[in-house]
Amino acid sequence: MASITFREVEGSSLKYWLLFGGLGLFVLFGALAWNYMHHHGHVVTGMDNQIVWGLPHVFAVFLIVAASGALNVASIASVFNQKMYKPLAPLSAVLALALMLGGLLVLVLDLGRSDRLIVAMTHFNFKSMFTWNVFLYSGFFGLVGIYLWTMLDRSVAPYSKAAGTAAFIWRLILTTGTGSLFGFLIARELYGTSMLAPMFIIMSFAYGLAVYLMVLAAAYAWTGRALGDAVMLRLKGLLAVFVAAVLYFTVVYHLTSLYFAKMEGVEAFILRDGGIITTLFWVGQIIIGCVLPLLILLTALGKQRTWIMVACALIILGGMAQMYVTIIGAQAFPLDMFPGLIEKSSFADGQVHSYAPSVPEFFLGLGGVAIALLATTFGVKVLRLLPATLDDATVAKLEH
Amino acid sequence: MSEDKSIENTPSSPERRRFVGLAASAAGLSLAPGIMLMEVAHGRPEEQAASSAVRWGMLVDATKCGTGCNDCVSACSTENGWTPVAESQHKNQAPQWIRKLELQDPLTQFETNLPMMCQHCADAPCVDVCPTGASFKRADGIVLVNRHTCIGCRYCMMACPYKARSLVHEPLNDTQKADVPRGMGCVESCTLCVQKIDRGDGTTACVEACTASGHNALLFGDMNDPESEISKRLRELPTKQVRADLNLNLGVRYHGI
Amino acid sequence: MKRLLALGAVVLTTAALAWAGAESTSAPKTGVAAKPVITKAVKGEQCVEDTEYMRRNHMDVLDHHRDKTVIEGVRTKKHSLKECINCHASETTGSVAKGKDDFCVSCHSYAAVKIDCFECHSTKPQASMAMHPMNAESAHYAHKMATQTNDKVSAEDMAGIAQ
Repeated sequence: MASITFREVEGSSLKYWLLFGGLGLFVLFGALAWNYMHHHGHVVTGMDNQIVWGLPHVFAVFLIVAASGALNVASIASVFNQKMYKPLAPLSAVLALALMLGGLLVLVLDLGRSDRLIVAMTHFNFKSMFTWNVFLYSGFFGLVGIYLWTMLDRSVAPYSKAAGTAAFIWRLILTTGTGSLFGFLIARELYGTSMLAPMFIIMSFAYGLAVYLMVLAAAYAWTGRALGDAVMLRLKGLLAVFVAAVLYFTVVYHLTSLYFAKMEGVEAFILRDGGIITTLFWVGQIIIGCVLPLLILLTALGKQRTWIMVACALIILGGMAQMYVTIIGAQAFPLDMFPGLIEKSSFADGQVHSYAPSVPEFFLGLGGVAIALLATTFGVKVLRLLPATLDDATVAKLEH
Repeated sequence: MSEDKSIENTPSSPERRRFVGLAASAAGLSLAPGIMLMEVAHGRPEEQAASSAVRWGMLVDATKCGTGCNDCVSACSTENGWTPVAESQHKNQAPQWIRKLELQDPLTQFETNLPMMCQHCADAPCVDVCPTGASFKRADGIVLVNRHTCIGCRYCMMACPYKARSLVHEPLNDTQKADVPRGMGCVESCTLCVQKIDRGDGTTACVEACTASGHNALLFGDMNDPESEISKRLRELPTKQVRADLNLNLGVRYHGI
Repeated sequence: MKRLLALGAVVLTTAALAWAGAESTSAPKTGVAAKPVITKAVKGEQCVEDTEYMRRNHMDVLDHHRDKTVIEGVRTKKHSLKECINCHASETTGSVAKGKDDFCVSCHSYAAVKIDCFECHSTKPQASMAMHPMNAESAHYAHKMATQTNDKVSAEDMAGIAQ
């Protein structure tokens, strides 16, 4: 088996520091947004007592789900022993850690009492899915960290497969936990189904791989290293399968709901009458997130690097739309306390709730994305994560 | 005539009761610290913890609830110190511990109205989902938020089928009542006037207001005590739990819905 | 290994950066912090515990009592924050934490320890003294307040004599 040379990105060019500074600026904006929200309270956000989880949760859950998916490439290498994926694994692990960091920061900085994070770390209610997620997220950092160590340090390399397997199983449980965060809610019609857990897992595969591909291509293009078509085409094929699976799960989920009379109202809301939510569902989640990427990836267009990148970007945008529909859409539809009766009150009972995200919320979310990318950018500079070349000849040697 | 009667029927004005309560405790304290000679009616000794032998609950008779009457809501706001929604700058973000709900059957045009608040479930979803255990059920069945451990994640608000909870969205600037701590970034809801229960008042602000208004649509008491007024009425009247399909075993029961 | 440590440092630093957003601290601007003003309680002769004990342990005392109160519903007066406020609220601001010399704030800002109590708890006694139903008791305290200055002088005089 041919060996692969890993090398740090030099990271001394003006371009590198511009990227670094640009991302840093968005991190700063995120910090300022948090400070503003923390000082004035959630009154300065678009969130209220009807829409209690807003745009920050959309960003946070997307990042956490994508983090778990970004580990995919590494898992395929070590758990399923696909040699071609081995050189791609270290970046996969670092990206997973970085995205998880970004997502968690957004999540905790959106708390009503974000200054009390220590309470969340010392008081646990083990009936709560949230508590389990606290452990799942911490464990993810630990296990992926160890896995990364076994990949970077030759003296512990023999443990790589064991660590990789542990991380793989762990992140499957983690995404199950994230999906169940919603699945374990009885109050909202759109939640309360175990379907959300496997659906979140398959979504994580798609979103994570899309993010990974974009970061990989950008890193190689901007450092002038060779990235052969063999790698890209193999990964884009995998991505197409994941996106198709997401579409399949989405269809089955809504078909099941449509079958139950008690769900008719909320389904009609999402699919037909929900205004912006309906638009985001059909245009965002379905067309941009699934149909267009599939058309690109499965046709001749998918052979061109640029079009693969377009597909990845569309999948990410569609993923954000999906999170918006899942999180905001389910809250926008009023709770049905008295089925069959028209409800009216000062507390917006019986009304569809509207939500207009505010600027600080948006920048808090972007800050999380920026932190994730900043950590990755720094990671490739200080660690030997990227193979010096991934041209077709080098990759072909790996397979034999 | 009826007006006179309703005033007479009012157990006694809050001021008067508070005075009696304080006078009693003052007398007890001045005689011998730590030993209470006089006990306030219905109350447990103050050093005794709330007991699961008691289950506080409420009966709402929607047939008696006055259309357009908002007295229970105002009384709650006054007792617990939250700003009435009409006076609030940010109406969608203003906390509402209790609200009047108007219901109409679209087919029959039958209209009814009732107060909606925390239902004090025995199996409360908010208690299950709270990551820190801040949302909890007291031994006597009252569902509360421990603001010392609430981190404002709002998962309980997502979980509550009754939309009973509110997040405090803006600074309160020291307008809180001494007995009712509330704070920005924490979640809150109806406490069944826990401060009044612990004081031995044996009723809540909304029930007092409803009785004072002459509607008598609300009744508060110990549902575990077969001799209590509420237990007797619950035995006679057909009542329902809101969203009984969820099987949460509610502390608030409705008649006439 | 070094590289991993470096990564760890990066992750922590970025996390710290995000957290560090200027939390509005009101640190004293002067070079030397002024000593805290400890005002004698308006009501009562003696605190529920020794002063020395309370200075060191009031937070534990309050913590213990708060859990008993919130979770179990035990509202005994001794060790309750409400009673602390009733006794220690300043005569000028009517509060324990409003003015910079008020009882709680004065020491806490000197020691630079953030108080979380008043994010939720009122800093003032339940009702103003004049409105208080126990007017006999409050009249007694009003009397005491009026005579307090004299007491203080005589105590100092006595200390002088003893020396």
